[in-house]
Amino acid sequence: MEMTIPVLILAIPLFMFLFLGLLGMKMSHKLAGTLGTLGMGTILVLSYYTAFQYFFSGAPEFINAAGERLQYLVFDQTWLQFTEKLVIKVGFFLDPISAMMLVVITTISFMVHLYSMGYMRDHHGVYEHGFQRFYAFLSLFSFSMLGLVVAPNIFQTYIFWELVGASSYLLIGFYYTKPSAVSASKKAFIVTRFADLGFLIGILVLSYYGGTFNFAELTSAPVEGLAGVSQVSLGTAEGIKAMFTNSAAPVFMGASVLTWALVLIFMGCMGKSAMMPLHIWLPDAMEGPTPVSALIHAATMVVAGVYLVARLFPLYLMETAALDIITVVGALTAFYAAMVACVQVDIKRVLAFSTISQIAFMMVSLGVARPEFHEGLGYMASMFHLFTHAMFKALLFLGAGALIHAIGSNDYTAMHGLRKYMPITHWTFLIGCLAIAGIIPFSGFFSKDEILSSCLGYSWVAYLWMSLVAGMTAFYMFRLYYLIFWWKEHETPEGHHAPHDQPWTMSLPLIFLAAVSCVAGFIPFGELVSWNGHPYDFMAHFDWSVAAVSLCVAVAAIVLATVMYRKENPLPSKMRNALPALWTWCYHRFYWDELYMFITHSIIFRSVCRPLAWFDRHIIDGTMDAFATVTNKVSEAIKPLQSGQIQMYVWYYLIGALALGVVTILCLL
Amino acid sequence: MEITAVYYLIPALIMFCCGVYGFITRKNMIAMLISLELMLNAVDINFVVFNRFLYPEQMEGMFFTLFAIAIAAAETALAIAIIINIFRAAKNIDVRSLNEMKF
Repeated sequence: MEMTIPVLILAIPLFMFLFLGLLGMKMSHKLAGTLGTLGMGTILVLSYYTAFQYFFSGAPEFINAAGERLQYLVFDQTWLQFTEKLVIKVGFFLDPISAMMLVVITTISFMVHLYSMGYMRDHHGVYEHGFQRFYAFLSLFSFSMLGLVVAPNIFQTYIFWELVGASSYLLIGFYYTKPSAVSASKKAFIVTRFADLGFLIGILVLSYYGGTFNFAELTSAPVEGLAGVSQVSLGTAEGIKAMFTNSAAPVFMGASVLTWALVLIFMGCMGKSAMMPLHIWLPDAMEGPTPVSALIHAATMVVAGVYLVARLFPLYLMETAALDIITVVGALTAFYAAMVACVQVDIKRVLAFSTISQIAFMMVSLGVARPEFHEGLGYMASMFHLFTHAMFKALLFLGAGALIHAIGSNDYTAMHGLRKYMPITHWTFLIGCLAIAGIIPFSGFFSKDEILSSCLGYSWVAYLWMSLVAGMTAFYMFRLYYLIFWWKEHETPEGHHAPHDQPWTMSLPLIFLAAVSCVAGFIPFGELVSWNGHPYDFMAHFDWSVAAVSLCVAVAAIVLATVMYRKENPLPSKMRNALPALWTWCYHRFYWDELYMFITHSIIFRSVCRPLAWFDRHIIDGTMDAFATVTNKVSEAIKPLQSGQIQMYVWYYLIGALALGVVTILCLL
Repeated sequence: MEITAVYYLIPALIMFCCGVYGFITRKNMIAMLISLELMLNAVDINFVVFNRFLYPEQMEGMFFTLFAIAIAAAETALAIAIIINIFRAAKNIDVRSLNEMKF
């Protein structure tokens, strides 16, 4: 495969960012939006072509004679050379998961570009202030995310990891005149940045001991006779582990250094993927425009953590302690987020917590994946769920955006009974809910079922736990669905239009994503993506008993939601009064934000920052002020010497000259 | 009585001191200029005397003196031009009242 198309995939969005960012204000809103969408459409076509080539062309660099998928380094350019060994490169790495991510990112991004053409304007068709800037930032994000997934070395991953964080910051704070948006963007940036500290240390430890940044050298073995082609190999990962154990200090604080490195890298993933306890930024990130939430905070950026763990999966297999940590963190987060999602009022918050819960599903699935069990089913299930979740969660967010656009509020109490007014939104949203709830034949059913199967292979506790969370997922999604689309509709005030469906630019993405959510489950994903590239029959590992149980759980949860929320009735408030403490804790998100506020404000600020501020203000500033004051005073004192009287100057000169003469003579004597 | 270098140097020293005294004390700028010329001429005499008595086979001191006389003439012309301009602007060439150029 030649270099042109991969280079273009990265170059076009970067160019669009610079072009729209620098010249956007010179062109009309419509032109800027159209150009951004067309640019994204081009990348979409190129990425589909690349992914198609990778999966189906059968070229020797992509698939070997045994039908195993290979990793191909399309190009690898030296970017920074510090020393002989420490070289930072930028490249393009094609393997099953990066090809899949290319498809996911460009699809969702294109849909969001198209959707924003309708969303970012009011009912009179007036575009929002900063519309061009919005498209420039969307292009920046697409560039960063694409660069992240195709990174052939962990340092490039890190660079683009920070770039997606920065573009997320810019887009959350898009309404920068709104204080809540500004603080949400800062929160997102600081929390993820804090997590990235661990990530950076993990990278440094890993590359210091392992001697390389390249994924191919960490987890794969090169294929004979083909340049730039490698194949996932546990032998290489074992070699890396041996380098750790043979080093001077293989153990640090009771755990092996490799475990430390992997856990620290996972800390970065926790920040990006909003795992507890670093999840607090994601619900607040909903302050950004809804298309941004759909693109960044549901479908693409937040799964970067899952993606990175999947990238380093052979190394994680070397240290199952790290995988166990991932499983526990993921399971706790999934349950916690599902609990909170059951009582939230803001529809975007429900979706945000649902996202956290679903990403935790993917994490658990990676954590329980073992090659011994169904050839690493969990890995494939995780990637499959990533794919289907991206589609249906983007659909749900875009649907929520359409509702917010029509109603002008995020609060479900302002909605109720919209199914008559907004049929397209209603049907697509329902498909999204069915998909996330895991009802056959929608896509979420298949991916979630495989996750539950792999959990069962790990331990029955994990299986029961995750099945419970899956049931809660179905419950809170249908609670949301009924509260928005059923109940008695509000009276339309005099002089207002009744809410209505949106223009085609907004409907088309909804319909497309709904169609994908209907059929994505039938993609033979196991043949395309697996942890070692070895294809296997998807249906052979399909556990019908697990499927039946999860389907029953989902249906039961939906029935419960129907009973409680289909019509206005006293049942929800009765339940709430039965367990008031639980309800309050869920409603306040288990007081995580308050805990963080307490730690930062009452402990860190008071005991560390205030003394530091005092030192800065009094000692450092004081020293500098003293220099300035002394200089000022001295110059005031000697100022009269410059009197303007030439003859006085002659006097000074004469006295000086005589003094020098006297000194010289004294010295000579 | 043989005339030694000291016989020349003492009048030159007196001339120089007179020049310095005049330059510091006179209010009139023309008088200050004259004092300046006096100092220059004293220095010129020194040049000639040291050349004549210490290195009689060389001529550098003589040429330096000629050079300094030429420069002094040019400098005088310049100074007078400045003084005339000051007089036009301030109607006055009293150096003690011309103290605009201070802090």
